[in-house]
Amino acid sequence: MARFKQKNDKGTPGLNMGSMSDIIFMLLFFFMVITTMRESTLFIKINPPRGSEVTKLEKKNLVSYINIGVPMDNYAAKYGTEPRIQLNDQIADVSDIRQFVELEKNARSDQDKLLLTFAIKADGKVKMGLISDIKQELRASSALKIFYNAAKEAK
Amino acid sequence: MAKRATPGLNTSAMSDISFLLLAFFLMVSSINTDMGIARRLPPPLPPDFQPPEVRERNIFQVKINRNDRILFNKEVGDISLLKERAKEFFSNPLDRPDLPEKNPTQIEFIGVYPVTKGVISLQNDRGTSYDMYFRVQNELTAAINELRDELAREKFHKAYNDLDEARREAIGKAIPVAISEAEPANKGGGK
Repeated sequence: MARFKQKNDKGTPGLNMGSMSDIIFMLLFFFMVITTMRESTLFIKINPPRGSEVTKLEKKNLVSYINIGVPMDNYAAKYGTEPRIQLNDQIADVSDIRQFVELEKNARSDQDKLLLTFAIKADGKVKMGLISDIKQELRASSALKIFYNAAKEAK
Repeated sequence: MAKRATPGLNTSAMSDISFLLLAFFLMVSSINTDMGIARRLPPPLPPDFQPPEVRERNIFQVKINRNDRILFNKEVGDISLLKERAKEFFSNPLDRPDLPEKNPTQIEFIGVYPVTKGVISLQNDRGTSYDMYFRVQNELTAAINELRDELAREKFHKAYNDLDEARREAIGKAIPVAISEAEPANKGGGK
């Protein structure tokens, strides 16, 4: 049987790792595409209420956020301890909502203006007085599609 | 000059680098799925607007005070009962005279369906917490969703969420989201 005896001096051949990086790059691009970077840093704390009937918010590019909550501890000196409104990356007042709605509408095409949704992302402890004021402002500027942000209730 | 084979590039560290990038993106990015309840605000009213007369049996009043206590149909109630009461109000299965009237309407895919004339009137105080307000909205939405699901199973033998767009719209016409929000009261004296 000497004829079939293999030469045993080669050792195990190394694995070809050439395509490994391709696979990892593919994963990387996948994650880069599906994720969104946080656009603005929040100055306020938001602990949204929980609900069982929540649905997903569709079409992210047609959504503008109105954040409402108490300023974070390190911003308390600057913005106080009462609930405040944050529009994009600045603290605002109820009277600024109209201008914000106009700006957001003008940034969209005519068709998208009608579909623009304003997502109210408020802390559970915020009083309804402030939120009602915001809703009245939205009504007055005919931004009628709204969305109450909440977390899904754990069953 | 002697011809030599070019040595292959050692690319084994390449995967390490791309792993590093991948881990970085995994950490800094958030797949933030925004969840919540969608609502439509009523359009701004003209100044000479007269509210339409609505019979008392067609209104289900839900009030939330500044201490987050709920009052429905003029009695103090618990939020856990709200869903069942709202369902009973909207469906009025026994045609009781103190529950809303129905308006038989021809609807595509369903046929003639008695659409309720009932409206839930929701009023909160300026001192009500958003948490409580949201929970009430959640219960009312749950009532409507359950009624829609029941109708979808009866007519199409499918869950409401599995229906196509046209049939979902038909169900939406048969059981509309009839929640009217009054201007908030200011009993708490909050600003």
